[in-house]
Amino acid sequence: MLELKNIRKTFRKGKESVYAVNDVSLNIQAGEILGLVGESGCGKSTLSRIIMQLLLPDSGSVHLNGTNLSALPLSAIRHHRLDFQMVFQDPYASLNPRLTIFSTLGEALQQRHPQLKGDELRQRVGTLLEMVGLSSRLMQRYPHEFSGGQRQRIAIARALAPEPRIIIADEPVSALDVSIQSQILNLLRHLQKDLGLTMLFISHDLSVVRYLADRIVVMYRGKIVESGDAEEVFDHPKEAYTRQLLAAVPKLPSVVGPV
Amino acid sequence: MSTLLDIQDLKIHFHTRDGVVKAVDGVSLKVEQGEIAGIVGESGSGKSVTAYSLLGLIPMPPGKIEGGRALFQGTDLLRLSEREINQFRGRKISMIFQDPMTSLNPYLRVSTQLTEPLAIHERLHGKPALHRAIEALEQVGIENAEKRIHSYPHEFSGGMRQRVMIAMALITKPDLLIADEPTTALDVTVQKQVLDVIRNLQKETGTAVIFITHDLAVVHEMCDSVNVLYAGRLIESAPTAELFHKPLHAYTRGLYKSNPGTHRKGEDLYSIPGLPPDLSRLPAGCSFRARNTLGDASLCLTDRQPELIEIQAGHFVQNCPGCLARHEAAVVS
Repeated sequence: MLELKNIRKTFRKGKESVYAVNDVSLNIQAGEILGLVGESGCGKSTLSRIIMQLLLPDSGSVHLNGTNLSALPLSAIRHHRLDFQMVFQDPYASLNPRLTIFSTLGEALQQRHPQLKGDELRQRVGTLLEMVGLSSRLMQRYPHEFSGGQRQRIAIARALAPEPRIIIADEPVSALDVSIQSQILNLLRHLQKDLGLTMLFISHDLSVVRYLADRIVVMYRGKIVESGDAEEVFDHPKEAYTRQLLAAVPKLPSVVGPV
Repeated sequence: MSTLLDIQDLKIHFHTRDGVVKAVDGVSLKVEQGEIAGIVGESGSGKSVTAYSLLGLIPMPPGKIEGGRALFQGTDLLRLSEREINQFRGRKISMIFQDPMTSLNPYLRVSTQLTEPLAIHERLHGKPALHRAIEALEQVGIENAEKRIHSYPHEFSGGMRQRVMIAMALITKPDLLIADEPTTALDVTVQKQVLDVIRNLQKETGTAVIFITHDLAVVHEMCDSVNVLYAGRLIESAPTAELFHKPLHAYTRGLYKSNPGTHRKGEDLYSIPGLPPDLSRLPAGCSFRARNTLGDASLCLTDRQPELIEIQAGHFVQNCPGCLARHEAAVVS
């Protein structure tokens, strides 16, 4: 569905140029959750911006369903941007505090369907809210009236609104409490099943990625060092770097008897 | 081992327009000399407010300490004047926060900020102070400390800044370090490095640590004892090995069970339903009742608050029959 071919991107820092992404190729199948793992500065966020068409790669190409997006003129790219939606780490920062939930979600729906208005729009916003586990009665409220977990649900609803082909989730649960985190992870997994959602899930937390993703790609210093089936990579890492990353994850012991 | 800090029945309430928010409502806990004591809980459980009160950092008003004591080496920290508490801040008790960039002054060189506590508390200035500062940076694993000490905070990465904070907190060799979610903003590899630094320094210097976090796995790797807070109250407390061997309260079990690491792929993650209660409208009985799915909510106390009892030597838990019960489905699986 989405294919990246030999993406390279350098940034200049004074006289030096630094490879942020160095010859990365990967593909995401329809209905798949691909986990992208790596530490800060490994190039994951640059890569997601290139997919979003917010940054142009120095070389290489991004293909969506066979169309080479990198070859399209800017005006056409803008149209394709609807096909990619993002969910960010901080739901406090990513929702406009001065818009009601109805306005935020309504606007996102109208991007794809400009003719939606009135009752029909209200109904569609209600459906979206219920899809992410919130009551449709809450649509006239403002972001500050919701908890962090509820706000992340709203951010997910907004990402779903323009019917994207792919959702890029950049550390969507890292800022949440454990109990809320598990609610959001369940939601994402159910959405994948029910809607056939395709997702690039970026995280530094390997235990979360192991649980959610179908496949894992490990990035280090701008390069992909290992990729494969999520549990395979987690249980039998081949690369030294992956092993090091796994060793750094704090572990819970198994409790004796039922919890 | 002797007790360094003994918090008894601490109550901190905030008086707001919407009523009295009982942020901390009768918390008792002890920190032994040289141990790492964990405080775990969700946002709003009262873990940070408890820690802030020890250094007189609660804004009053709207906050008010309604009762309790915090005995530190025999002195009640809650009864000290601003002048007196300054004798403890940064000298006997230091604190590090989640985001080092907000606690470091971006306009001052690290050297200035590291030597300031020495000037204030030990009247140490000039070269000797600088030497101590360089030593402190080396201790937290910053290479080339002699040069880097003259840098500004923005010239360090996130993990390095947190190391600078730790160096600054420990430079006066305090008896107690309060670490409030020190690694929450860092990624796993850097988190591990920072945790290692804290643990190694704690071993070397014998400083006791209060380690605040919402991550049970981090608690398990770092702490000697664990205190679980919920809705401003202590609901369970035990030595780490004991707590993970036999978590009793439904909330503690829920926290453990929500961790993705304990689940097979494709299996629904257990999640504690709903949200913590509104602290200005706490129920008369057990405050976890509405979210209790691992115990038996029908047995939860509704008329009075459950009391903390010592169910086994060193293992304390709130005595609520509903939260201590084990849901049948859970027992079968």
